[in-house]
Amino acid sequence: MTEVRQYFGNVWMAIYTAMVGMRRTFRHLFTPAVTIQYPDVKLKLPERARNRLYVNIDDCIGCDQCAMACPVDCITIETIKSTPDQDLGTTSTGQKKRLHVPKFDIDIAKCCYCGLCVYPCPTECIMMTDVYEFSEFDRKNLIYHYSRMTPEEIDVAKEKLKKAEEEAAAKKAAAAAAAKAAPPKQEGTSSQQPDSTKPS
Amino acid sequence: MYELLQQLLGDSILVYVIGAALPLLFILPYALVTVLLEMKVSAHMQDRVAYMYTGWHGVLQPVADIVKLLQKEDTIPGVADKTLFRLAPYLVFMGSYAGFAAIPFSSAYIGSDIDLGVFYIVAITSLAVIGILMAGWASNNKWSLFGAMRSAAQIVSYEIPTALSILVAVMITGSLNLQDVTHFQDGGFWNWVVFGGPLPLTQKLLLLPFTLVSFFILFIAGIAEVNRTPFDLPEAESELVQGYNTEYSGMKFAIFYLAEYANVFLVSAIVVSLYLGGWTSPFGEFMSGPIWGFFWFVAKGMFFVFMQIWIRWTLPRLRVDQLMYTSWKVLTPFLFVCIFAVGFILVV
Repeated sequence: MTEVRQYFGNVWMAIYTAMVGMRRTFRHLFTPAVTIQYPDVKLKLPERARNRLYVNIDDCIGCDQCAMACPVDCITIETIKSTPDQDLGTTSTGQKKRLHVPKFDIDIAKCCYCGLCVYPCPTECIMMTDVYEFSEFDRKNLIYHYSRMTPEEIDVAKEKLKKAEEEAAAKKAAAAAAAKAAPPKQEGTSSQQPDSTKPS
Repeated sequence: MYELLQQLLGDSILVYVIGAALPLLFILPYALVTVLLEMKVSAHMQDRVAYMYTGWHGVLQPVADIVKLLQKEDTIPGVADKTLFRLAPYLVFMGSYAGFAAIPFSSAYIGSDIDLGVFYIVAITSLAVIGILMAGWASNNKWSLFGAMRSAAQIVSYEIPTALSILVAVMITGSLNLQDVTHFQDGGFWNWVVFGGPLPLTQKLLLLPFTLVSFFILFIAGIAEVNRTPFDLPEAESELVQGYNTEYSGMKFAIFYLAEYANVFLVSAIVVSLYLGGWTSPFGEFMSGPIWGFFWFVAKGMFFVFMQIWIRWTLPRLRVDQLMYTSWKVLTPFLFVCIFAVGFILVV
C-alpha cells in the first residue's frame, strides 16, 4: 500500500513542482530585465576599481620605483640626467624634477592590474583608471608610450649631459692633476667638484 | 479549396502542387517568428532582454540568422558517410512536413482529406526517427550516435502514450479524419473534446476528468516526441554536445532546426485539432468561417507553441531512466485507465 501511495505521491509531486516552476518563470516573464544594454549603457565602476594604468608624465620624476615594484616587469623607464643649466620645473606636489624621462613604456598586455606600482610613486603620477575597453588588433599597440619627449629633444638632452659629463671629467682630471701637484692643500675643492657635476 | 483552385487554374497537377506547398508557406514565416519568440521568451523569463540591435527590439534577428547560415561553409566530416549525411536533414524535415498533410488548417483547407488522418500522422512522423538515426550514424561521431540512439528509444517509447491518448479523442469523436474531428467539436468551447465533447451533460461530466488527463498526456508525450526540453536527451548540450546534429553546419543545420520547429507546431496542431476544437471558434457562431478558422487554429497552435517554450525554459532535462519511467510506468497506465473509462462511459 505504501508503494501505491508513493507512486501517486510521485506523480502528484512531479505535476505540482512543474506547476510551481512554471508559475515562477511566468512571473519572471513580466519582471523588468536586470541587465543593461552594455555598449550603450555602462555601469559606473567602483571608485577604487583597477583597470588601465595612466601616467601623468608631467608629474613623473623618473624615480623608477614603480618599475621596481611591478611584479611582471611591464613598466620600462629610461632617464637622462639634466644638467644644472636646465630647469625641468616642479611636479604638482612641489617636488623638483631632476631627470628627463625619454622613455616611459607600459606593456598593458603584461599588466596584471595589481596596483602595486601606484603606492610607491612619490608624486602620485601613476594611477589606475576606470577605462577597461582597450582591446587592439595588434599586440604592439598595447604598449603604451607615455613619454612626450621627441627624438630630437632626447638627442639634445643626451648631448648636453655628455658635454656636462665631459666638462666635469675634464675638471676632475684637472683637479686631480692639481691635487697631484699640491696634494694636501686643496682637499676641500676636490671633494666639492664631483658634486657640481651632479644634477642639482 | 481544391475545387476553387481547379476552377481558377484549370490544371489539376498544378493545383495539387500548390495545395501541397501551402503548409510550407505557413511553416517558413512561422519558424522565423518562433525562433524569435523562443529567444525573447527565454530571455524575459531569465530577466534579460535578448536581441535589441537588429531592428526594433531585434525582430530582424531570425532573418540575420538565416542569412548567416546561408553563407556559412557547409562542412562534411571526412570520415562521414556522405550520402546519408546529406540525406538525413531532408528526411527529418520531410517526416514532419508530411504530417502537415492531414492537418486541417481551416474548414476550407486540409492538405489531404483522408479518413486515416491521425493514424497517417502518427505513422509518417516516425519517419523522422530514421532521419535522426541516419544523421547520427553518418556523422561517425560517438556523441552523434548516442544522441541518435537515445532519440530512437525515446520516440519509440513515446509513440505508445501519444497513440493511446489520440485514441481517447478518437473514441469520443468517432473518426480518424481530423477535419471530421474538428467538425464534431464545432459550436463553442464547451463542445471541445477536452471538456467532454458535444454529448449529454451527464456523459460530459463523467468524461471530463479522463479527457483532461489524456489531453495533458498527449501534450507531454508530444513534447517528448519532438525532443524538446525537458525531454531533449537526444540533443543534451551538456552531455552530447548537440547530439545527432553536432557535425552539421550551414543550411543542413538550419533544416534540422526548421524540422524541429515544424514538429513543435505539428504537436500543437494535433493537440488543438483533437482536443481543443481545431479551427472552430470558441464562441460558437461568433467569428467563425474559413478565414477566422485559420486564425483560431493558428492562435490555438501558437498558444501551445508558447506553452512548449515556457516548459522548456522552466524544467531541467530528465535522466534517461526517468524518461522511460515516465513513459512506461506513468503515462501509459494512466492512459489505459482513461481508455477503459471513456469506453465504458460511451457504451453505457
